[in-house]
Amino acid sequence: MTLPEGTPETNSAAPAAPQELTWKPVVEEGPPASPMFDELTRQRTKEIIARYPQPRSALLPLLHLVQSVEGFVSQDGIRYCAEALELSTAEVAAVVTFYTMYKRSPCGQHLVSVCTNTLCAALGGDEIYRRLSEKLGVGHEETAGEPGSPGSITLEHAECLAACDLAPVVQVNYEYFDNQTTESATELVEALQRDEKPHPTRGAPLTDFRTAELELAGIHGDLEQSVEGPSAAKETLRGVQLAAECGWVAPSLPAEPPALPPLPEKK
Amino acid sequence: MTTPDPLTPVLTRRWGLPRSWSLETYEQHDGYAALRAALAAHPDQIIQLVKDSGLRGRGGAGFPTGMKWSFIPQGPDGAGAKPKYLVINADEGEPGTCKDIPTMMADPHSLIEGCIITSYAIRAHFCAIYVRGEALHCIRRVQGAVNEAYAKGYLGKNILGSGFDLDIVVHAGAGAYICGEETALLDSLEGRRGQPRLKPPFPATSGLYASPTVVNNVETIATVPAIVAGGSDWFRSMGTERSPGPKIYSISGHVERPGQYEAPLGVTLRQLLEMAGGMKDGVPLKFWTPGGSSTPLFTAEHLDVPLDFEGAAAAGSMLGTTAVMVFNETVSVPWAVMKWTEFYKHESCGKCTPCREGTYWLEHILHRMVAGQGTPEDVETMLDVCDNILGRAFCALGDGATSPITSGIEYFRQEFLDLCAAQSAVAQPEQLAELTGVSA
Ligand SMILES: Cc1cc2nc3c(=O)[nH]c(=O)nc-3n(C[C@H](O)[C@H](O)[C@H](O)COP(=O)(O)O)c2cc1C
Ligand code: SF4
Ligand code: FES
Repeated sequence: MTLPEGTPETNSAAPAAPQELTWKPVVEEGPPASPMFDELTRQRTKEIIARYPQPRSALLPLLHLVQSVEGFVSQDGIRYCAEALELSTAEVAAVVTFYTMYKRSPCGQHLVSVCTNTLCAALGGDEIYRRLSEKLGVGHEETAGEPGSPGSITLEHAECLAACDLAPVVQVNYEYFDNQTTESATELVEALQRDEKPHPTRGAPLTDFRTAELELAGIHGDLEQSVEGPSAAKETLRGVQLAAECGWVAPSLPAEPPALPPLPEKK
Repeated sequence: MTTPDPLTPVLTRRWGLPRSWSLETYEQHDGYAALRAALAAHPDQIIQLVKDSGLRGRGGAGFPTGMKWSFIPQGPDGAGAKPKYLVINADEGEPGTCKDIPTMMADPHSLIEGCIITSYAIRAHFCAIYVRGEALHCIRRVQGAVNEAYAKGYLGKNILGSGFDLDIVVHAGAGAYICGEETALLDSLEGRRGQPRLKPPFPATSGLYASPTVVNNVETIATVPAIVAGGSDWFRSMGTERSPGPKIYSISGHVERPGQYEAPLGVTLRQLLEMAGGMKDGVPLKFWTPGGSSTPLFTAEHLDVPLDFEGAAAAGSMLGTTAVMVFNETVSVPWAVMKWTEFYKHESCGKCTPCREGTYWLEHILHRMVAGQGTPEDVETMLDVCDNILGRAFCALGDGATSPITSGIEYFRQEFLDLCAAQSAVAQPEQLAELTGVSA
């Protein structure tokens, strides 16, 4: 290997005298976050921060809160979180860009996620995604219709949604629509476009993307109502049912919890 | 000892009840009885009980749970004096895995009761349940259960008059598979990018907020009340010597009746398939995973491998999350491997070079191969890249990314080579292919 003559220092052209830099201890953060984040949102922000032993833990929920207000995370939203948690906007932006669920451009009224991981894909998930993409005329993380307006839909392909026994799976605003076909998924999307709200296979009645994001921030409306709804699909219960049919049970539990082992001796 | 029945519903035993998620149903079916027994005991007795039971982590790695708890420093000085935390890993995202979400949907109180007992044992007063963000209804159910538990005095100050205090926060993730890795999860819970931390120090001494922390999987902790209620001998009457207890097997794919089947550890695919009604439409089995996409593939040769931690490992794979994905003869192995590789490439957190760069190139090569533009040498290149990831990556995601590829090539090499057969004898240089746009 031949090395260039001299050292990098002597080789480089004499640098021009640097402009004098003055160190500004406070990074300019632009104007304060917009009035979009109203009193109610600020109140909720405090509530969320108070849940944690350390405030910064509230960042993920706060970003969900921002999405419930904006329908995505804007530069303004980043500034809002930075102010609330006394972080730099760079620190918040680094977090936003890391996570798939934080969207960088405005979302539709609904977010439709099609699982295209291997198992769902093999059972038709890829085909469902292709069909919906054609039908809506949009690709991954693109929105059909004016974002936020009734019937507007953001489409995405998703990784395994942890419902593989119900494959292929589609989610709308993170509610499950199980065992889909290209036809059922197309009908689902058409209904959404007509501003209808088909009921998920499991979960609460459908709302919209922003309401779902508010719940992800841990702000639940009427939780006693929304926890209801179908939960265990027939697939979920197959083992339990087969066991019941066959009379299979786990060894029976004693009537009272048995005595605990004695305290181990201190070493 | 008598052999247990083929299915042993313990965790799933309440799932079919009306409003199974409610406190009312839970209390009618032994709910919170174990908590009373636990609170009457010394915390170290609980740790000893869980050690004696042989319970092993259900999140994939199978680490002995009681031993993990005993690593938490106790006492008035040093690390023991710091606050302790319990963090529940409910980030279920390993492809194929779908057991924790149904557990939280159908029976969230078993998790909450487990959290209280575990927190009492390790002397934690704050517990966070980190639920995958895409599982919205689960989040509602778990939050609802937490609210009910507070209202009934199972949570909050002076629980059931024991003097023990505990708060639980339900925390939603934001869509990143890597946050299932326990140290990445802790960083994420601290409001950062979810990237794994260097170990040591381990979470047991330096976890959440640099304090002693136990991270456990949902299914692990939901099992704890049953262990307290039944005792370690009862628990050990199911499963094998080193892998005791019942386990939820999630069967998906080309079978007649996919679903959740709770069996003693050590059940075989042959038995599971029989319970699940056999292969769909009788099309023969081609390959399957014993525990998610990060566990090396098995084939029809492995129908009788006992699916416990030792059995799966002895046969060259891992038990993982007992996510049994079953694929029939119609599925191309290189295609499936490509899809999984796309997943790992997307989910690689980018912290370390072998995984970040390796998954990138593996995805490219597989796209090319599946598009019919590969060469036999690509197979060797992929094995070489995998060799440079396995054991050299910063966390187990990198290792997992190599599993489908190396096992796919091990059992189905010819299928990869056949994809190249249509190639002209003179290999087309990669750059040319790129230029002409024929590569995928
Ligand atoms: C990439 C990656 C993803 C993981 N995802 C999960 C997960 O979603 N849930 C889980 O419980 N464990 C997951 N784990 C395992 C955890 O790191 C950890 O071992 C587990 O939560 C410990 O709990 P356990 O001892 O109860 O199994 C993952 C590990 C890796 C490397
Ligand atoms: S192995 Fe992959 S996921 Fe793990 S630290 Fe390295 S880049 Fe991140
Ligand atoms: S592969 Fe689609 S839900 Fe798991």
